[in-house]
Amino acid sequence: MGAEVLLDVRGVSKAFGGVHAVEDVSFTLGRGEVMGVIGPNGAGKTTLVNILTGFIKPDSGRVLYKGKNITGMAPNKIANLGLARTFQVMRPYHSLPTYKNLIVPLNSPRIKKAAAGKLGDLDSVAIDILEEIGFERDARVPYKTAGSLPLGYQKRLELARCIALRPEVILCDEVFSGLSMSEISSMIPLLEKFVMQGIALIMIEHRLRELFRVANKVLVMNFGVKIAEGRPQEIMKQDEVKAAYIGGERSK
Amino acid sequence: MSSQELRRKRLDRSINVRSTGLYALSSYREMTYLLAPRLLLIAGLLVLPLFLDLYWQRVLCAAAVFAMLALSFDFLAEYVGLVCLGGALFIGFGGYAAGLLNAHLGLPPAVTIPIATVIGACLSTLVIMPCLRLRGIYFAIVTFMVPLFARNVIVALGLFGSTEGITGLDTLPNTWVEQYVILSVVLVTLFGIRRLVSEDVGLIMMGIKDNDQAVLAAGVSIFRYRVLAVFIAALIGCFAGAYLAHLYGWLGLSLFAMDFSILPIAATVMGGMGTLVGPVIGALILTPLSEALRGFGQLRVVLYCLILVLFILYKPEGLMNVLERKYHQFERLEKV
Repeated sequence: MGAEVLLDVRGVSKAFGGVHAVEDVSFTLGRGEVMGVIGPNGAGKTTLVNILTGFIKPDSGRVLYKGKNITGMAPNKIANLGLARTFQVMRPYHSLPTYKNLIVPLNSPRIKKAAAGKLGDLDSVAIDILEEIGFERDARVPYKTAGSLPLGYQKRLELARCIALRPEVILCDEVFSGLSMSEISSMIPLLEKFVMQGIALIMIEHRLRELFRVANKVLVMNFGVKIAEGRPQEIMKQDEVKAAYIGGERSK
Repeated sequence: MSSQELRRKRLDRSINVRSTGLYALSSYREMTYLLAPRLLLIAGLLVLPLFLDLYWQRVLCAAAVFAMLALSFDFLAEYVGLVCLGGALFIGFGGYAAGLLNAHLGLPPAVTIPIATVIGACLSTLVIMPCLRLRGIYFAIVTFMVPLFARNVIVALGLFGSTEGITGLDTLPNTWVEQYVILSVVLVTLFGIRRLVSEDVGLIMMGIKDNDQAVLAAGVSIFRYRVLAVFIAALIGCFAGAYLAHLYGWLGLSLFAMDFSILPIAATVMGGMGTLVGPVIGALILTPLSEALRGFGQLRVVLYCLILVLFILYKPEGLMNVLERKYHQFERLEKV
């Protein structure tokens, strides 16, 4: 692909004690690309996201974002560069009304700098963003406390908090899990809209069929190692991927 | 009709609708409903000194000092998620700063108290800053140790009058000034903090309490906001300390006494965690109570603790939460 490279990950590794959670993983991500990351439980997918976003420092390897080395930077600094993430276990600010959850990212240095003090009323900006993310069906929902939202809305809130940062890359940690088919079907156009706006996505998923509808490349991990990378249609045909997924012996 | 056929039904008035937007201003009845408890508190505190003799007026001043500390504790614990036992640190730093400015530079209390509040708060924040990365009980333990550390440094190096302290500081002009200064500051701080926690800054701090990782992921430095929160809490505590030094005209090691760290927690638990008003009321009850129990001699502490334990057992949510619920609720008997 000829697109500008946003993320360049070079041989990152992280071990927790004797467990190699992520071992020598490399890949690149271009602007507007959607990369799926799949693999069995414990394959190191979430650890990889944590490394990219600065929540975990890798033991070795480098993460370059738009050519700049961001390895080991503080998570808030990385977020300010435009690398947003969602959490697998959703983390809303339970006691705040839903729209107030967006006040935090709207107060980040990145947004303040971009808006140069012309953002206006943050509450209404927050409501606008929620509407864009698909909260329009029930006008009262944004005012309910975030902890009381149903799962589908909480997932959307996670995305809304990313979008509030005006990111260039979003790392989605299982945004589809736990959602019904119809909820996923309504979320896919949303993700496609982000891509149209030039945002690159990294999506950790177990829902492969749905993932393959949006992803244009897939990275397969098992035991912390990248075992395959390729186009979604072809990737599942590889023996090693099949073995990892169907539960056969790990090829030696 | 026997009583078994009836049951009590409780209904909540929806306070959100009442307190937000134009609805609250739509009638005098609504306005009174919202304003009455606030006015009661303000008027009550301002009128109280008129009914007290000299001894109890002094107790009131001490109670107000504890109210400030309880307010600062509640703010940090419930709105920022930092359980800070640094009450003694704030009182100590504020008190010593005010006392030294007064004794060595001869500045009057009207000048020393504001300066000492700021200096003390800066120092306290600097001291606490390195351990802001700690969480929960670890942060609490460190903040609890720091005053003991400061105390020992003063003794070991023989600083600031060492164990004797410095006596003969200027006191405030008269008992009325003494009382109304601290009472009005308590009220201003109380309503100020209530305002602060509903502003964006307060929301971010709440976010840090709910979920610090998500705040980081949103590109906001939790460290910066924690420092700010500690500084605000320290301002409140150090003002109380500076005031205390001038109230007694004396500074010494007992400004670092553990009471200043522990009592605010008791007051907060009794008054209701997270209500901000509760801790103030809790302190205004507990401090005089401890004085009133003096007549019991050695039994004093036992009785004091007993009251606290009973409170925790039977009203664990605290006085203010109970009162607030009752106020917004009405009951009626209903046939089963």
